[in-house]
Amino acid sequence: MTEAIVALRNVTKVYQRGKQNIEVLAGLSLDILKGEFVALMGPSGSGKTTLLNLIGGLDTPTSGEITVAGQRLDQLKSGALSEWRANHVGFVFQFYNLMPMLSAQRNVELPLLLTNLSAAQRKINALAALTLVGIADRAKHKPNELSGGQAQRVAIARALVADPSILVCDEPTGDLDRKSADEVLRLLQILSRDHGKTVVMVTHDPKAAEFAGRQLHMDKGSLLEAARVAA
Amino acid sequence: MKFLPLIWSTLWRKKFRTILTLLSIVIAFLLFGVLETVDYAFAHPSQGQSGADKLVTINKYSITLSLPFSHTQQIRALPGVAEVTWLTWFGAYYKESKNFVFALPIDTDSYFKVYNDEFIINHDQMLAFRNTRSGMLVNSALMTKYGWKVGDKLPLHSTIWTQKNSSLDWTFDIVGTFDAKDPLQASQYSTTAFFHYELFDEGRSFGKGTIGWLNERISDPLDSAAMSSKIDALFANSPNETKTQPAKEFALAFIKQLGDIGFILHAILGAVFFTLLFLTGNTMMQSVRERTPDLAVLKTLGFSNKLVLAMVIAESLLMCVIAALLGLALSYLTLPIIKQGLQGVELSPRALLPGIGVAVLLALIVGLPPALRAMRLNIVDALADRH
Repeated sequence: MTEAIVALRNVTKVYQRGKQNIEVLAGLSLDILKGEFVALMGPSGSGKTTLLNLIGGLDTPTSGEITVAGQRLDQLKSGALSEWRANHVGFVFQFYNLMPMLSAQRNVELPLLLTNLSAAQRKINALAALTLVGIADRAKHKPNELSGGQAQRVAIARALVADPSILVCDEPTGDLDRKSADEVLRLLQILSRDHGKTVVMVTHDPKAAEFAGRQLHMDKGSLLEAARVAA
Repeated sequence: MKFLPLIWSTLWRKKFRTILTLLSIVIAFLLFGVLETVDYAFAHPSQGQSGADKLVTINKYSITLSLPFSHTQQIRALPGVAEVTWLTWFGAYYKESKNFVFALPIDTDSYFKVYNDEFIINHDQMLAFRNTRSGMLVNSALMTKYGWKVGDKLPLHSTIWTQKNSSLDWTFDIVGTFDAKDPLQASQYSTTAFFHYELFDEGRSFGKGTIGWLNERISDPLDSAAMSSKIDALFANSPNETKTQPAKEFALAFIKQLGDIGFILHAILGAVFFTLLFLTGNTMMQSVRERTPDLAVLKTLGFSNKLVLAMVIAESLLMCVIAALLGLALSYLTLPIIKQGLQGVELSPRALLPGIGVAVLLALIVGLPPALRAMRLNIVDALADRH
């Protein structure tokens, strides 16, 4: 049986907005298996992004346990959480969030600055990641010289370059046309299926969710159902 | 070091703004270099051998008050005094008041005994000077500046001394030129011309028998403080009390009469850097604020809070130190020009060294607030645009 790379137990997240406490996640429990491609769906404010942030170690729960890649994230302090993120998670954002002044290759190299790799090795790895996502020929181009789809591929290469165990994607196709979106989603599918990467993706788009192996629907901070569909 | 390319790229994210900020810092440090060098020159008079055996004696109450000629004999008789000469401020210009000429009436024998071996003068021209009552020895640089030639008649206008016919215009015969032997003193003498004290004293309509100040050469340069006291003691409680000090200190004190140079210079620098602090600080703050999403992404990738703090401070350091070095280098290049304007003051590049420290301090002050802001940035809020 495949092990759970993500395990949440009774996780709650409460935000304070002024004098008001807003419960975004209400006692949520969830397992995601290694190599799974999971789509998180639901209306705005349902808690999808909060759940994604907790899995990615960007935020900590108000209560409950979160274990990702064998590490209890709810027990880590800020510094240790940063180090854990550098070693275990790759992030893909809706608007790519590439550094505008750096070339594609230099953007992809960013996570490797936190390793002990030499400059030459960093460059080799970055080019390898760009090759994997099929955009090595644009390595010297800056983000403003790339199309949306190309920029998102660079962002995926950046997320992959440090060989993380899990990819966390927040609306990765939200800013792309259908064709580019499908290409990006197929790439994520390949990374999950052929390279064993666990992919957790938030999306509003049912067509995008169809690329995932499992769709999770959320509403008001809880999971509604877990439907397994064929990848 | 591996973060340097990233920091450098970040610095140039908005090229035009960075160039303007760099320019403002460069100009501030150019000013810093110039003013600090001048201040340093005033605060650290040269301790070199040249001139260490010279003293200057003036009226205790003001250099503008004269002294009786008889002081000369009394000082000369003092053991330890090798030679004494006397001078008076002539205050001359050539044709227009902007053409200042430091025309100095000298007693030829005693003057060149006090300043023995300090000038290069052609033997024949020296002889001509001694034998020509209206003769004048002019510094070579001054000759070149105005295109004068040996044999020319030189009309000079004194701002003080009228002749018996009430005219302020004096005419001299250029009989020779001179240069300072020590190249470091070349600029000090670049506007100087010597003429006979005898001619001056006999020609002036008032003040006869008085002198402006005295220059002494003492036997032991290490004894200058004691000799100064001894000379002043000779005239204590007399109607013409004196103030004696080493020649170098006298030159600086003379310039300092313009005001408290150090205070004025530091006040200017203070105003410049206070303004610069706000300008650069505001630019850095704005720059970091604009980069909030980028900083959030770096943190997402695993850059720790401390690393982000260090990177922003490093960016500030890089900008301030590079601009400061450029500014200080420019001010170093201006040293020869300043030296021409401040004759007698020796300028040292050592005065520029504190500039590096000031640049680092400036970088820390302007870099720390945005760096702390970047460090405290909450990733979730920043990514959700709630920063």
